Amino acid sequence: MKKQLMKGNEAIVKSAILAGCRAFYGYPITPASEIAEAAAEFMPKTGGVYVQAESEVAAINMLYGGASAGVRVMTASSGPGISLMQEGISYMAGAELPCVIADITRAGPGLGNIGAEQGDYHQVVKGGGHGNYRTIVLAPHSVQEMADLTALAFELADCYRNPVVLMADGFIGQMMEPVEFPQSATPTHLPEWAVAGTAASRGNLINSLSLDFDELEKHIQKLEAKYKLAEQRETRAEEWMTGDAEIVLVGYGIVGRILKAVTAEARAAGLKVGVLRPITLYPFPKVQFQRLAFNARLFVVVEMSNGQMLEDVKLALNGSRPVEFLNRMGGNVPSHEEVLRFVQELARREGLEQKTPDRKTAEEERMANV
Amino acid sequence: MSNQSVAEYEVARSKAKSLYPRYERKEELQHQTHFCPGCGHGIVHKMVAQAIDELGVQDRTIMVGPVGCSVFTYYYFDTGNVQSAHGRAPAVATAIRRSRPESIVISYQGDGDLSAIGSAEILHAANRGENITVIFVNNAIYSMTGGQAAPTTLLGQKSTTTPNGRNAATEGYPLHVSELLSTLQAPAYIERVGLGDNKQIAQASRAIKRALDNQVRGLGFSLIEVLSPCPTIWKMTPVDSQHWVRDVMEKTFPLGVFCDRTKERLAAPAAQSVPAPALDELPGILGVAEEDLPEGNAAAMAKEQEIDLEVRIAGFGGQGVLLLGEMLAEAGLDAGLEVSWLPSYGPEMRSGTSNCHVRLSRQTIDSPLVTAPTVLVAMNEPSLRKFDRSVRSGGWIIYDGDEFPADCAREDVHVLALPFTRIADAMGDKRAANMVMLGAVLERSGVLPQASIDAALRRLIKNPRWVELDERALARGRELFKEALAEA
Ligand SMILES: Cc1ncc(C[n+]2csc(CCOP(=O)(O)OP(=O)(O)O)c2C)c(N)n1
Repeated sequence: MKKQLMKGNEAIVKSAILAGCRAFYGYPITPASEIAEAAAEFMPKTGGVYVQAESEVAAINMLYGGASAGVRVMTASSGPGISLMQEGISYMAGAELPCVIADITRAGPGLGNIGAEQGDYHQVVKGGGHGNYRTIVLAPHSVQEMADLTALAFELADCYRNPVVLMADGFIGQMMEPVEFPQSATPTHLPEWAVAGTAASRGNLINSLSLDFDELEKHIQKLEAKYKLAEQRETRAEEWMTGDAEIVLVGYGIVGRILKAVTAEARAAGLKVGVLRPITLYPFPKVQFQRLAFNARLFVVVEMSNGQMLEDVKLALNGSRPVEFLNRMGGNVPSHEEVLRFVQELARREGLEQKTPDRKTAEEERMANV
Repeated sequence: MSNQSVAEYEVARSKAKSLYPRYERKEELQHQTHFCPGCGHGIVHKMVAQAIDELGVQDRTIMVGPVGCSVFTYYYFDTGNVQSAHGRAPAVATAIRRSRPESIVISYQGDGDLSAIGSAEILHAANRGENITVIFVNNAIYSMTGGQAAPTTLLGQKSTTTPNGRNAATEGYPLHVSELLSTLQAPAYIERVGLGDNKQIAQASRAIKRALDNQVRGLGFSLIEVLSPCPTIWKMTPVDSQHWVRDVMEKTFPLGVFCDRTKERLAAPAAQSVPAPALDELPGILGVAEEDLPEGNAAAMAKEQEIDLEVRIAGFGGQGVLLLGEMLAEAGLDAGLEVSWLPSYGPEMRSGTSNCHVRLSRQTIDSPLVTAPTVLVAMNEPSLRKFDRSVRSGGWIIYDGDEFPADCAREDVHVLALPFTRIADAMGDKRAANMVMLGAVLERSGVLPQASIDAALRRLIKNPRWVELDERALARGRELFKEALAEA
């Protein structure tokens, strides 16, 4: 299959349209704006709707309207905009409306800056809006995954009738890599629950209001049952050289890429290191953690946040293995050199065997082909 | 219609087909509404339902009911129903109508809902000229939550949050929504009506039907503001509250048509909607159809040669830093390699320096970040100083400058320092400096087939004058690198 060079943000839109998305509502924000720009170009050409909303509050409510009418809809934003969307996300989860939200994260709190960060984990993965609901969260780490997980997000959103968030850091959104797309487009269909302005759908109601306490409790339990099902069926994680790993590095998004580079060097230095990269942040891939805990001596969580995913890793391992933590914030990225040093330090402390790295030959090997 | 009907307790006896005969979505007392005796909502519901009936659009109609006393529109209207968040109904209605152009969408909102929390949504739906009908029930108060002040509360009017009466000095003035929205160019029809007496009620009914008819005819945004009694919160009898609408409210909110563009819209030819393309056309339209992608020149690559090029390119915005990187990545992809291109982005890009990371490899690229480049392309001195220490031992720095700063020199790193910008200028345009430098990088790495470089150039540069100049610039860069090697 031939590939083409493309930005992650653009790949999202192309994949979304191929997956049957026919409406995009958004509000500009760096580093997500290319998504709106691509949608503005391609939605009208492919029979879809594009509206630049007056705010993220309006945008998410347009998603609410479009989804109510049975259309596959999406928006894209970054931290400050996602904060504003939380009301609508809660309403959509309550009314069981599918949609896809791309969060191309930047640094916070407040206006923060536009550098890549992972400080949106809590508000996205734990549900920043009110009430008892969850959103399914997918975390791509390459442009190809931006495309593939966007398509998956629409399937999951429809299957569970729930918002799905594609959470990628600014790097994954902004970088270009080779990518390939499916060569056929998913046909659009009208769900039987939609309110579409037709005789057949006249009796339908989209609603999150329920005055009766017992009735609302039943509704929440029904939502819970869906989430439990998703926990059983939808967890995804990538394992990289974990077969014999004594140290398991954990990170998602761009960090997952850095950890792969670290693994190569750590292995060259004789350390049995592997990477566990969560792809679904909710549902969290607990089982994979528990399985790797059999062999691993310790887990190292590397995050571009103040330890927001760290909590989920600790819950998954439930005290069975020590969990170490390295982070950078504010738009900084942990360099693979600093992660490597951290890992080597830990290995020394744990008494794990490591070769004295033959720096020179490694360098020479690398440079031979420059 | 009699005075009595305004004060009527229920609309259950209504003949309107578009109201359910019995309110089964309501838990108890399913034969009557939840509205208080004398509430205007009941009669407005009836008028809307009658208009739907008369226009024969019941199946096509979707009611959007946000939060407020009208939150239960879905109890009553035998149409499609969407309940929405407080104030957001115009945004919800926008999306429904845009995706389902055959539907008739009614946003039914209270004055707190529309003129306070939803003020942005209504303003912009009106300004976009969404083809929806807004029924705006103005009772000058937040009723559902027990009588707090709204933006529409009259001066001096008491509410639970203006216990001494609304004071302009601290609470501002009553908001005139109809007048405000009428300053916009997009709306088709805006009228304020009242439920203050029979005459007013008859006019209200006509206006509502007209607003709905406008939508059926595709004329654009219509809004009917209805001054409506709330006896319970106003603490008046139904009859007194009806009189208060006519005698007091109307003084602040005069009735009338504020905007009517229906005639000119009717005369204008309707915009033709473009039919959606067939599904199998989508990959082509999106530019991702495999048959449209180039074959590439992987065959021209020397098979045995290993390659792992990690390049950092830095300079001022406008020097073509990102394009240089993109050319390299595009050529690498064309040659069948794994590639990644990662830019610095945002204000940095606009205000000054810019840089990008490029990797080319035969193996899957683990991290696209280049923190220890094998080649640094520095297009100015600040960029050199930012990254010179990071260059991998044995690597190269290609620098745009007459002289390489002595304090940046390293024993373990090769340097090619030339006034690339001046060289490019002499060739025709100093903006081609990036391509001269790329030529040097390509000559240094020596792995990419010329066919791939030509292909990348043609893919990224559309202007033939620039293609010609860039080709010469790339060749010049190669020569300069060879000359420098020969001298060394
Ligand atoms: C975000 C949010 N804030 C506050 C509320 C509480 N609330 C419910 S109804 C209402 C006022 C509605 O007043 P209005 O639109 O005038 O309608 P009325 O009840 O007078 O018909 C408020 C503030 C809410 N539901 N959501």
